[in-house]
Amino acid sequence: MELNGSQMVVEALAKENVSVVFGYPGGAIMNVYDEVYKQNHFKHILVKHEQAAIHAADGYARSSGKVGVAFVTSGPGFTNAITGLATAYMDSIPMVVISGQVPITMIGTDAFQEIDAVGISRPCVKHNYLVKDVKDLPRILKEAFYIASSGRPGPVHVDIPKDVTAQVGEFFYPDTITMKTYKPTYKGNVRQIKKAVEAIANAKRPVLYIGGGAINSNASESVREFAEITGIPAVETLMARGVMGDDNPLLLGMLGMHGCYSANMAMSEADLMIAFGPRFDDRVTGKLSEFAKHAKIIHIDIDPSSIGKIVEIDYPIVGDLKNVVEGMIPLAKEKIDSTKYKSWRDLLNRYSEIHPLKYEDSDTILKPQWVIERVGEILDDKAIISTDVGQHQMWTAQFYPFSFPRQFITSGGLGTMGFGLPAAMGVKKACPDKISINFTGDGSILMNVQELMTAVEYDIPVVNIILNNKYLGMVRQWQTFFYDKRYASTDIEVQPDFVKLVESFGGVGFNVKTKDEFDKALKAAIDSNVVAFINVEIDRLENVLPMVPSGGTLYNMMLEYKE
Amino acid sequence: MDNIRRVLSVIVTNEDGVLSRISGLFAGRGYNIDSLTVAPVPNTDFSRLTIVTNGSKRVLEQIVKQLHKLIPTYKVIESEEFVEKEMALVKIPLHENFNGLDAMLKAYNGTIASSGENFIVIMVVDDAKRIDNFLKAIKKYNPADMVRGGSVALDV
Repeated sequence: MELNGSQMVVEALAKENVSVVFGYPGGAIMNVYDEVYKQNHFKHILVKHEQAAIHAADGYARSSGKVGVAFVTSGPGFTNAITGLATAYMDSIPMVVISGQVPITMIGTDAFQEIDAVGISRPCVKHNYLVKDVKDLPRILKEAFYIASSGRPGPVHVDIPKDVTAQVGEFFYPDTITMKTYKPTYKGNVRQIKKAVEAIANAKRPVLYIGGGAINSNASESVREFAEITGIPAVETLMARGVMGDDNPLLLGMLGMHGCYSANMAMSEADLMIAFGPRFDDRVTGKLSEFAKHAKIIHIDIDPSSIGKIVEIDYPIVGDLKNVVEGMIPLAKEKIDSTKYKSWRDLLNRYSEIHPLKYEDSDTILKPQWVIERVGEILDDKAIISTDVGQHQMWTAQFYPFSFPRQFITSGGLGTMGFGLPAAMGVKKACPDKISINFTGDGSILMNVQELMTAVEYDIPVVNIILNNKYLGMVRQWQTFFYDKRYASTDIEVQPDFVKLVESFGGVGFNVKTKDEFDKALKAAIDSNVVAFINVEIDRLENVLPMVPSGGTLYNMMLEYKE
Repeated sequence: MDNIRRVLSVIVTNEDGVLSRISGLFAGRGYNIDSLTVAPVPNTDFSRLTIVTNGSKRVLEQIVKQLHKLIPTYKVIESEEFVEKEMALVKIPLHENFNGLDAMLKAYNGTIASSGENFIVIMVVDDAKRIDNFLKAIKKYNPADMVRGGSVALDV
């Protein structure tokens, strides 16, 4: 079949069963948009800023497990997309981003809206392509989807010069491909798996350290089964919230800088750590020399470079987590007696009782933790929860009762403010039957607030709950703790009228100061079926606790802050 | 941790931008490149890079894994045993006294590659360490210019 480059893009997306593309047109990608106009395989959603197109595709990918797709034009269109790509790369999110480029004949001439796009995206993506000939385009698009979604997932960027989008060539799109130089390892080494299970059987104080890999590999059920069979207590990273389900008695909670006491103590006192697809982020480990220093470590990861990057691993297993855990389960049934760890579990449960996650509620001012718990009580598993970045993000991770994987959508690695609203739009497109909530802050929400227009235009009813403390709260908290309360550039008391702001776009808004008002506003926001702001005035000086100060040790947490 | 010198032979798809992926990886993650040579592997669509690097054991392990992780990387050969050679060209003015030069060239597998009106150019091929020594020794002939090529290596 002979097609031009633009038709090839549309056909390839159709073959990949892409149902929605987020994007923004421009000169260099106009040919592609002309074909988008003529087709009805997928819906195109015109965002208001390219960064949001990438975050929306990201939210779509995170909540559905499918590859998110976005289009941007050359030059500024592409540079705007970079933060989105870097966000997805840090969290291993499958995505294909197609950018226009100036015609091949003009590349290198500093042409209008020309930028070395693949040069810029290289450290922010799993792989990228500059298409020099239309005959390569079908193969490149096939490889892009394959690379994005296989192995350790990640964003792939395809830069297509304008003349290539007009050239005609043969379109052949294979169902499957193999690449000589790229062959991810899915099956774990059987001997290593055996050794790992033996190590577990010999351990006295084992702990499951579950990371984002458990979500990417869709391993939640297997991980839950493994935990249940063995009776081994589990901790989750920020990226793994929802894997175990918060009502699971074996789950201690999130670990790390703002993790709960029992989770961090479990890591500190364990004699064996079973790492299910985490990456030993510095926000998790604290001071490395003191991190889990009594523990031997089993690390299962599909990315060999993740293993041994931060800490020495005693039992490395390269492979797909689901595959490996399923291999471990029959051996574990044979060899591991779950009653053996009872006293260890009892000890950790006592830690949970002594120092649970807590906050002091108030009659005079709303506490952010109460708001999150309340939403959890009301919406529970009916909602998918996105966040921006800051205090509200940590409170959400701590206090929302996550019950299934892909319920929590948050920018973990890069920590991108402005992620929440567009990501929550992507979530709603992927999961129309769920309520899409975005917990955000008064700082973060203004970083992509223009997307309210997109949400109104395309009927994407995201409920944004702004936990408003009139501060860039997380930085303010550090200034309180570590900078003698010199609040440099964090007091943002000068604010828009959030209700008028959202109304001006065609959404609905509510100012909330009391519990009653909040309940009413949440119901009204959901019932309105349009994009909503619930602007919640919270205690200005509430801190995220407990906390392991940067470079501190997990077993030495700041449990409360005293003036 | 002590820095260890390591020679890596990397076979990659011979395609646009592959060198920038590799040099970018080293720059972005703060790894060292002591020398780097690259040329196509005859009769294939691959190129071979020879990278001389140094770092702690963990860093070297990461370098190998990160190189593997690049999509166009076919193979990373990190054998401890390589035949490793480097080349240098040195330009010496004809008016210099060449006393003893012949013996020095013999000692370092050197030849006279070119002889012009004002200069001779000598060429040596030898182990990297010995090239260091040669370039020190040759200074007594007041070379006008010199260039060294970076290591090429084959595992044995």
